[in-house]
Amino acid sequence: MGEAIKAINLTKVFGKFVAVDHINFEVKEGEIFGFLGPNGAGKTTTIKMLTTVLKPTEGTAIVNGYDIIKEPAKVRNSIGVVPQEFTADEDLTGWENMMLMAGLYGIKKDIAKERAKELLDMVELTQAMNKKVQTYSGGMRRRLEIAMSLISRPKILFLDEPTMGLDAQTRSAIWNYIMKLKKEYGMTIFVTTHYLEEADLYADRVAIIDHGKILAIGSPKELKESVGGDVITLSTSNDDEAIKLLQNLDGIIDIKKVDNMLRIKVKDGEEMAPKILEKLIKGGLKVLKMSITEPTMDEVYMEYTGRKMRDEEADSKEIFAMRRTLRRARG
Amino acid sequence: MVMEIKKKEEDINRSPFHGLWTLTNRELKKWYKAPVILLLSIIQPILWIALFGKAMNLQALFSGTSLSIPGLNIPKDVIDQIGQEILKQTFGTTDYFSYLAAGMLSFIVLFTSMQSGMSMVWDRRLGVLDRLLTTPVSRSNIIISKVLSSVIRSLVQATIVLIVAVLLGMSFYPGINIFDFLGAYAALFLMSFGLSSLFLMIAIRASSWQSQMAVMNLVNLPLLFTSNAFYPISSMPSWLKPIAEINPLTYSNAVIRGMLLGVQTNLIIDFTYLIIFATVLSIVGIILSWKYISS
Repeated sequence: MGEAIKAINLTKVFGKFVAVDHINFEVKEGEIFGFLGPNGAGKTTTIKMLTTVLKPTEGTAIVNGYDIIKEPAKVRNSIGVVPQEFTADEDLTGWENMMLMAGLYGIKKDIAKERAKELLDMVELTQAMNKKVQTYSGGMRRRLEIAMSLISRPKILFLDEPTMGLDAQTRSAIWNYIMKLKKEYGMTIFVTTHYLEEADLYADRVAIIDHGKILAIGSPKELKESVGGDVITLSTSNDDEAIKLLQNLDGIIDIKKVDNMLRIKVKDGEEMAPKILEKLIKGGLKVLKMSITEPTMDEVYMEYTGRKMRDEEADSKEIFAMRRTLRRARG
Repeated sequence: MVMEIKKKEEDINRSPFHGLWTLTNRELKKWYKAPVILLLSIIQPILWIALFGKAMNLQALFSGTSLSIPGLNIPKDVIDQIGQEILKQTFGTTDYFSYLAAGMLSFIVLFTSMQSGMSMVWDRRLGVLDRLLTTPVSRSNIIISKVLSSVIRSLVQATIVLIVAVLLGMSFYPGINIFDFLGAYAALFLMSFGLSSLFLMIAIRASSWQSQMAVMNLVNLPLLFTSNAFYPISSMPSWLKPIAEINPLTYSNAVIRGMLLGVQTNLIIDFTYLIIFATVLSIVGIILSWKYISS
């Protein structure tokens, strides 16, 4: 099995803003590759470059063996893309949208019809296929988008935030389709998300990106192990003082201040917690809150980005796009 | 494996034009499937024809029935003759209604062509454009499909306006033939092609549909009133004449009136101007749009 995608120093600069900063990674054939990061981290920009919508400022990538700069047409022929926004034409029916896509890929009518039937059946939209897309729910729309992007039988499917704005049930349904594609068609799947638990559950490998840089890459298991040990989170009456007190305590791997909380990495949480408490109280500090957690993707994310996922500020354009998508998802 | 690949290639149509008709048809489908919008968009020129053409009835103004000068015993047919002559010298025809209706054909084409950009603004905003850009359709076909659908729409709307005008009493010069109609449509086609490309180029850079609307509103009425749609250039004040003379509407109006009504005009100059107008604007518009979405 070779590489489906290989990014080489891939970079995109908008004016002075470096959206994607010399990133390198490989995606293996047939795997689900999760691209994880907050809004504005460079996820969508990376997808847009890999799918030849944007030209890289520097570097390049090989997709399905084709260079995205030198052979963009061949890349486009071999990929399917499910963009972040709902792009199906609302004024047309699901079926018409499928045929429209087929036309764009130059697929002959009779073959297109056959495939459209099969795909709509797979995403369970056969009943609704003659209704206008306007009448679809958010989940139906996302399923249609996926079916549309598969009409050309792509080898790689790119999905940009496929579950954003959907309820938990629909989200897991969407993931079931994605897993099915991997299993039945051996498709390589490149998916961005900012739901950490999704990356954990479904991705074979995950890359964490922030500020245009890849901070970590590996299977969810590897990443969680790399964080190492348990994490004790606490807040005290004087955090700076607490760091001083705890610095030399045996068994503590690392102390970081994140969002006004101390994150203390330890080998064994249950054993260390009482020792830490004792030390702090002896030092005259009050412990206000305390918790022990085993590493999750949240921990991994915090470890590498120094932030919590939910505290993200999205830039206004992305908020707008998200709200619009949410509105349509609900409507 | 080789067999499979071969089979796949046979299934696929990869002419340089592939996707062009699919995309053009998509635009047209949205339009003919929404008859209300179609209807609304042709109401305006029809109102212009009905109100201006029928209410501002210059023909009646200059005919003997309404004009008699007290104290002078001028025979009615003399006044009629003078009136007719004035009309003829001013407008090139005694039939002001037909004169105006011909102008309205250009107006509806102008109005419709300017909207070529709106669907591009939406496609960009909704992310449809990004999706199109990931398909193997060439960038130029994405652009040209927008221009093409706009041109087709313009010409269909012009035809509807023409039919309504005829029903309301527009008359052609005696001996009109199919080539006259073809000539008139050629003029409308050229103007539409140029304007659609131009407004597409503006739209592709516009950040919102509001700004696109603002540009449209800024230019549509001035373009209409600085052309010979309502009155001939010769009767315009001297400062307006040079503006009217570079206004493409003036030339398409001249062609339509020349072809359909038999109004005297220099078709060679008219067509030359329109061809240059369409060529320059479409080349600039299409190339700049193409560059923009390719970057």
